[in-house]
Amino acid sequence: MSLRTPLARARGLGIGHHGTHHWWAERLSALALVPLVPWFAISLARLTGADHATVVAWLGRPLNTVLTLLLIGALFHHAQHGVQVVIEDYVHSHARKLAAQLAVKAATAVFGVAAAFAVLKVALGG
Amino acid sequence: MSTRSRPLSPHLQVYNFHWPMALSIVHRITGVGLALSSIVLVWWLTALAVGPDYFAMVQSLLGSWIGRVFLLGWTWAVFYHLCNGIRHLCWDAGWGFEIDTARRSGIAAALMSVVLTVGTWVIAYAARGV
Repeated sequence: MSLRTPLARARGLGIGHHGTHHWWAERLSALALVPLVPWFAISLARLTGADHATVVAWLGRPLNTVLTLLLIGALFHHAQHGVQVVIEDYVHSHARKLAAQLAVKAATAVFGVAAAFAVLKVALGG
Repeated sequence: MSTRSRPLSPHLQVYNFHWPMALSIVHRITGVGLALSSIVLVWWLTALAVGPDYFAMVQSLLGSWIGRVFLLGWTWAVFYHLCNGIRHLCWDAGWGFEIDTARRSGIAAALMSVVLTVGTWVIAYAARGV
């Protein structure tokens, strides 16, 4: 029988150093989205029915460009983490789980970069 | 004590239905739905980068009857996931675990999601001038 506590025995073993990393990343991206999402929703609502030139002018303003890029980053980061948890809960075959995780990571990376590129292209007037 | 026969989470069958549980399930459903529908946001931004003609086509699709139904559902899903997500962040910080508080914060999140959805659509229709 060991007199050491379970915590002391677990420390430094396996994923003991970064087991909470995923949990933290999901919460931090959620926290970033708390102000960004209402800002973006109201901005889009105010652009309802606007023509191309008006929306381009709006997105071209530095503050809007930067905040939209931050929104895209936090959104796809959070989406990847969130869907990963759902897959871990429902997909039990190791091969299928791995395939699903990789597909989600790839898709969020592709769509996130595509969205960011579109924003930059509009903002930089390309 | 055997740990093998314990139910694994999520194991909904062993629980009686209660509203906080339903809110939690809706949180997950809206989360997956929002992850999938973020493709529409990418499409809209890409259309903006492509040019005026293509953007006008996408705008008219989103402004159509079916587009508006989708956007209404999307708006509510965004605000529900946001409001209930703030609730989850509070729990993560250790606040609001009492049954009564959890029930009331759940009602508040559900009501706020409807209020914010209606507010956003009032702004949208005012901007459109209809």
